[in-house]
Parts: sequence; structure tokens; C-alpha cells
Amino acid sequence: MARSGFSVSRLPGFATIAVLAFLALYLPILTLVVFSFNSEVTMGNWGEFSLVWYQKAWANAEVKDATLRSLTIASLAAVMSTVLATMAALGTTRRAAFKGQTLIYVMINQPLMVPEIVTAVALMIVFGMIRTLTGIHGLGYLILAHAAFCIPFAYLPIRARLEGMDLTLETAAADLYASPWMTFRRVTLPLLMPGIIAGAMLAFVVSLDDVVITEFVKSAGQDTLPTYMLGQLRRQMTPEINAISTGLLLITVLMLTAFFLLTRKND
Amino acid sequence: MGADIAISVQNVVKAFGQGAAAVRALDDVSVDIRKGEFFTLLGPSGCGKTTLLRLIAGFEMPTGGVILLDGADITNLPPNKRPVNTVFQSYALFPHLTVAQNVAFGLQMLGQPAAKVKARTDEMLALVKLDTFANRKVSQLSGGQQQRVALARALAPAPKVLLLDEPLSALDLKLRQAMQIELKRLQTETGITFVFVTHDQEEALTMSDRIAVMSNGNIQQVGTAKDIYIHPKNRFVANFIGESNFLTGEAADGALKLATGETIRVVGLKAGGKITVVVRPEQLRLGAENDGDLKAKVRTLVYFGTDTHCYLSLSDGTEIVARLQSPASGEAGLAEGQLVGIRFADSSVQVVED
Repeated sequence: MARSGFSVSRLPGFATIAVLAFLALYLPILTLVVFSFNSEVTMGNWGEFSLVWYQKAWANAEVKDATLRSLTIASLAAVMSTVLATMAALGTTRRAAFKGQTLIYVMINQPLMVPEIVTAVALMIVFGMIRTLTGIHGLGYLILAHAAFCIPFAYLPIRARLEGMDLTLETAAADLYASPWMTFRRVTLPLLMPGIIAGAMLAFVVSLDDVVITEFVKSAGQDTLPTYMLGQLRRQMTPEINAISTGLLLITVLMLTAFFLLTRKND
Repeated sequence: MGADIAISVQNVVKAFGQGAAAVRALDDVSVDIRKGEFFTLLGPSGCGKTTLLRLIAGFEMPTGGVILLDGADITNLPPNKRPVNTVFQSYALFPHLTVAQNVAFGLQMLGQPAAKVKARTDEMLALVKLDTFANRKVSQLSGGQQQRVALARALAPAPKVLLLDEPLSALDLKLRQAMQIELKRLQTETGITFVFVTHDQEEALTMSDRIAVMSNGNIQQVGTAKDIYIHPKNRFVANFIGESNFLTGEAADGALKLATGETIRVVGLKAGGKITVVVRPEQLRLGAENDGDLKAKVRTLVYFGTDTHCYLSLSDGTEIVARLQSPASGEAGLAEGQLVGIRFADSSVQVVED
């Protein structure tokens, strides 16, 4: 009874701390978005509301090129990592408990554990060797690298969904003459779909946003949107960067909203 | 093996776990289930009844023994190769499919042509009186309706045997009683062999052609409801089905000698050793103190409407309960503390194994 009477919101300073924390989280982003609509070049003074930087970014061939590459890599990496993550999730939930289960679980989530910079350097070295040995160049290396570090982001929501699924449903399908493959196709997969879509979206967003691994693995002329933006820092900063960032933010917010709607509706 | 046997379970053992830690859920179980009968596996939780059902369905493989279906060995067949369907305790309806799609599932997996699937699905939905619900999602149905979808889905492929795993336990009392009648009707109309698992003795008694009473991984007794109620084989069965009074004493020729020094007539009993008899509470007759086989004192009277429960103690302290039909006046004509005589009808006294 005492417990139900307790509420964190009644602690002194609760509202103040909450407001400060939210300001710290969102004020910088708000500033960025606001100044993307500034007609002036420098952040110091506000001219008037304008879409000029969006027009500039839209017309910029380099931005267009980097955006297209980012979307290509993110889409392919999301598909590949989601397929692998689905298989891994099935492999770790749809079988009897086995020795070393926790170890496998940790290993699948390697990209969450190993510092990204380490993976980046390692991939640069290995891919460099492969490039020299085979002479093969191209976007494939970046796609593979992205697919690899996206796996845990796709794996976690899919696994959560599988664990929440009633195993009796698969038993019932087998009882009704469905072969293991038909049970998967007609029962497991459709019920898993929201988890798979959520996993794919998360993977897509994570890939779209990556700088560290991309910076190390990419060859000349393979800039993605984030590495292009990083490159721009070395020159004079213009609100064009703000406009691109706001665009990226918009895509991410849309994807994440969809993700939450999907995972909430069918919990 | 008679041709009238649907399922024959022979010396089946099922152990869970390995080595010394292994638990025998079924310990050398053998039973024959006849074609077209309503057969119930009855027992407390943990007695192995659900394990036996899952072995027949193919969800588990036995550690030893053989299971025959219509004389053919199905022991090692996977569930999708067995012409046997299950109604699950949780119903296990596919939430992403409509009512009709759920019922059609088994037929489609059997590769039946679409027109045939449709006709059979409609027929099944009509059988369980859900024809107007065909296109609903299963989540939009009540518990009782979901139960009937589960039945229709399991009956649609016309299985040789229908397995039911405590299907009524999630329903409230009224609905449960209605579904008991419904199940019996479906079984009679389809003529399919039903194997029904329950821990509820009333359910078992009212619906079954025959009952197997199980405990500790063994079948204690198989028989009709009457058989089991009137001639329980041992103390467990007598205790589990209905209420029982147990009296223990020395066997004499034709009588049982109790520790109180009194005797009860037991027809056909041979002298020798300690034995236990069981008497049902409703079989006891109470009369005047000196007019009976045993003297007893009324300790407590509890009025239950249709009958009155009379808790008695014998002179050595043994407790006995009698169930007396309440007369119209509601008064049993007894008072707490009163001395009475208990009379036993010959046929009401049954010798049981301990």
C-alpha cells in the first residue's frame, strides 16, 4: 500500500530537473533546425525566414550523390542484416536450450560491445587486403560493413517478438498437418512480420547515420551523407549543413515513429 | 489387437531430464481406446495425463513403448503426419487469420482443393453454430466462441481421433456446462473418437463413455463412470472420484472387524489380514442408537440445500461423513451431540487396495 502512494513526481526538484534534461536534449537540435531557415550565412545574426539553404542543398550535386549512396547502402544493409538477424533470432529461440547460449547471444551482439573505432580499423585493414588481392573495388565493402554492424539492431526487436510469441501456435500448425516449412511460412513469419519490419527500420536508421566505420572503409568518391557533412567542416560552415541535418532528422523521426507504432500495436 | 481399437498405448514410458535427475512423467502405461468412444484421462495436475495426450499427438516422443493408431505404429511419426487433431487448453487460434481461415488451415495443409476446403469450412462453422462469424478476427470473439472455433478447426480435417487438453478450464461455470453438452453432441454427431483430458471429476463423469484415472504417471483404473464410482479399485481412485469414507480393520469371513470391536458385513470377504473398505457418504443410513452396525456421535451438521452433511465420529474417534437427503421441512431430525446407529447396505461396502 505504501508503495502505491509513492510517486517520483512528488520529489523536490523533479519538474526542474526534467525540464533541464529535456532542454539539454532538444535545445541544440531546435537551434540547428531554426538556423536552417536563416537567410544569413553566419550563425551570429538572423536575417529573415528563408528556404535558400534547402534549395542550395537540393541543387548541390555532391549532396545528391552522397544522399543517393547513403540510401542505397542503408537499404541494402538493412535487408541483409534483417535476413541474417531473423535467422539468428530463430536459431536462438526456436530450439532447446543449449550450452553456451549466452555466449552466442553476446557474440551476435558484437557490434554493441566492441568499440566501433576498433571494428572500423579492423575492417579497413581486412578490406584493404582483399582489395589488393582481388582488385575488386566498389560499394560492396561499405554495404557489407554496414550490414554487419546493423545486425544487433535488427536482431533485438525480432528476438523480442519471437520470445513473446505463443509456441503453442506453431505446435497447433504442426498438429494441423503443416510441415515445418509451412508452419514457418504460414504462422511464424506472418506473426513475426511486425518485428522484422521494426528491425529493418532500426537497421536502416543506424546505417544512415554511421560516420566512423564508413569514414575508415570508404574509398575515394564514396562519401555518404554523414561523411560528406564531416568533410564540409574543414571548409567554411554554411547553414546548408543545417538544412541537410534537418532533412536527415526528418527521415529518422519518420522511421522511428513507424517503428514505435509497429511495435506498440502488436505487443 | 481388436479392429475396434482406435488408439493402443503399449508400455509407454516418458522420462524428462537425464540420468539420476530424470523424472518419469509416464511409467509403463498401457491402455486401449476404442473407436468412437468418449475417453477421458482424469487425474490431478502432474499425474501424466497431458503428457500421454501429447505423446498421442506427437508433440513429444516416448522414452519407451509403442503407440498404435488403427493398428499402425505411429510412435515416431511427427505431428503433421498423424491423422489426429488437438483442441488446446489455450485454444491456440491463429491471431492473424479470420475464423474461417483458422478452420480451413488443416484442410489447406492437407492439399485439398479450394472448393472442397470452402464447403467443409462452412459445414464445420455451421456445426459449431458460428456461420455468421466466418470473417471475424478471432480476437473479436468471446472465450466460448473461440473455444468453438478451436473445435471446428480440429474437427474439419475429420481426424481419426480428436484430442482435447482441458479445453473447458478457461470458461466460467455456466458456459462450461453448456460446452459439456455441446461436446457430447459433437462427439455423437461426428462419431469421432474423443480423448479428453481433465482434472475435473464432474466433467469426466458426465461426458465420458470410459474414464482412465491417473496418478503418479500410472493409470490407476479404467472403466465407465459407474464402474469407477461404485467399484473404485484403490484408495486413490475412491478419494479422487467423489467423497469417500475409509474404514480399516481385520478381515473375517464375511465381515470386517473394526478397532472399535464392532463388525460390518462384507459379502464374500475371506478371513486374513488388514483390509480397507470404502463407503460413499450418500450410502449411509442413520437410525436409532441401537439400530445399526456401528454406533456414532453426531459432531457437526452442515445444511447444503439438496442434502445435509452429517459429520460423525465412531467410538474410537474415526471420522465418518454421511450425506442425508434434506426432507421438505429442511430439518434432518438430528442434533449435534446425539448418538446414532449407522447402517450399511451390503452392496455399499467395497474393499479397496490401499
